[in-house]
Amino acid sequence: MTQDTYEPRPYRRRISLFWWTERRTYLVFILRELSSVFIAWSAVFLLLLVRAVSQGSDEYAAFLDWAASPWVLVLNVIAVAFVLLHAVTWFDLTARATVVRRGGRRVPTWMIAAGGYVSWALVSVVVAWILVGA
Amino acid sequence: MTDRITLQVERYRPEQETEPTWQSYEVPLREDWSVLDGLNYVKDHLDGTLSYRWSCRMGICGSCGMTVDGDPTLTCAELLTDHSPGPVQVGPLRNFPVIRDLVVDIDDFMHKLVRVKPWIVREDDDQPVSEGEYLQTPAQMDEYQQYSMCINCMICYAACPVYGLDEQFVGPAAIALAQRYNLDSRDQGARDRLDVLIHPDGVWGCTFVGECTRACPKDVDPAGAIQRYKLTAATESLRSFLLPRGAR
Repeated sequence: MTQDTYEPRPYRRRISLFWWTERRTYLVFILRELSSVFIAWSAVFLLLLVRAVSQGSDEYAAFLDWAASPWVLVLNVIAVAFVLLHAVTWFDLTARATVVRRGGRRVPTWMIAAGGYVSWALVSVVVAWILVGA
Repeated sequence: MTDRITLQVERYRPEQETEPTWQSYEVPLREDWSVLDGLNYVKDHLDGTLSYRWSCRMGICGSCGMTVDGDPTLTCAELLTDHSPGPVQVGPLRNFPVIRDLVVDIDDFMHKLVRVKPWIVREDDDQPVSEGEYLQTPAQMDEYQQYSMCINCMICYAACPVYGLDEQFVGPAAIALAQRYNLDSRDQGARDRLDVLIHPDGVWGCTFVGECTRACPKDVDPAGAIQRYKLTAATESLRSFLLPRGAR
């Protein structure tokens, strides 16, 4: 009597290099990951600004000229878009990962996100007030 | 509305082909029929060789997860009319090796599930049965109840690109189930699960794409569970770094 032996040959699908284009949510995720590069650029730009201010009015004027050059402007417009994406998704994701209970019930996600946005707006107003006031 | 719809089903018969092919079947389009009902019609009336898993037909057993029109879903909960006029593409769950047609190999998930000890662990497990149950308040139950809704359907694994790219990742359902027991007031096994969860292939493998939570048919929110555990893991690491051994 012969005995059949089962030899499985499972098929493994190869993941495409462009898997992140297959769904909008994957694309947003990758853009969010990419946004960290522009967050880093924003930090560098701010440090350069502080350095220029600390070195006197000539250095500051030179910095402003450089910052007004077309490629820096284009880069900063892109950077602002990515920083906004990063901020919005950060508030959204943080709210979903935060569990706050009040009166035995879990505070809804949208309320935590709203708290984040309100804090963001308040800090922005304070910063704007300091800048305008100065 | 026509009264028939075409199912395009991914077939993989390892004895005769090296990669999947598509096969079309025309099935009745009835208002109360799910995709699974369509597959059962194919199996019963058109092609008995089609292989797929199913059992309860009511979103409890977690057996009939497949990819329908690109989305991982329970086929018993997916109405054919929502895909009308069709054709409806039905494939196996993504990110798992395909054994045959719509049947995937779930061994990897089963091994990972055991590693996180998804059961109540007691250090003082010598309490006799005669002393009764471990009691719990509704508020304590509320802490973990959402995560206890997991039916191990593995749809979250099919939705997770991290698992697709790195099968070492412990994955959404296993971590959510670990949290289900970690947050249970009757459980004392959180420390046992810590090593698996704080491993680089544990919670830190998750990049919070969030697709597991969107795909979950039981609203378990595995992504939320993972992010919550990241905070726990970070706190534990900091404690073990700062505090002397006896005080941890």
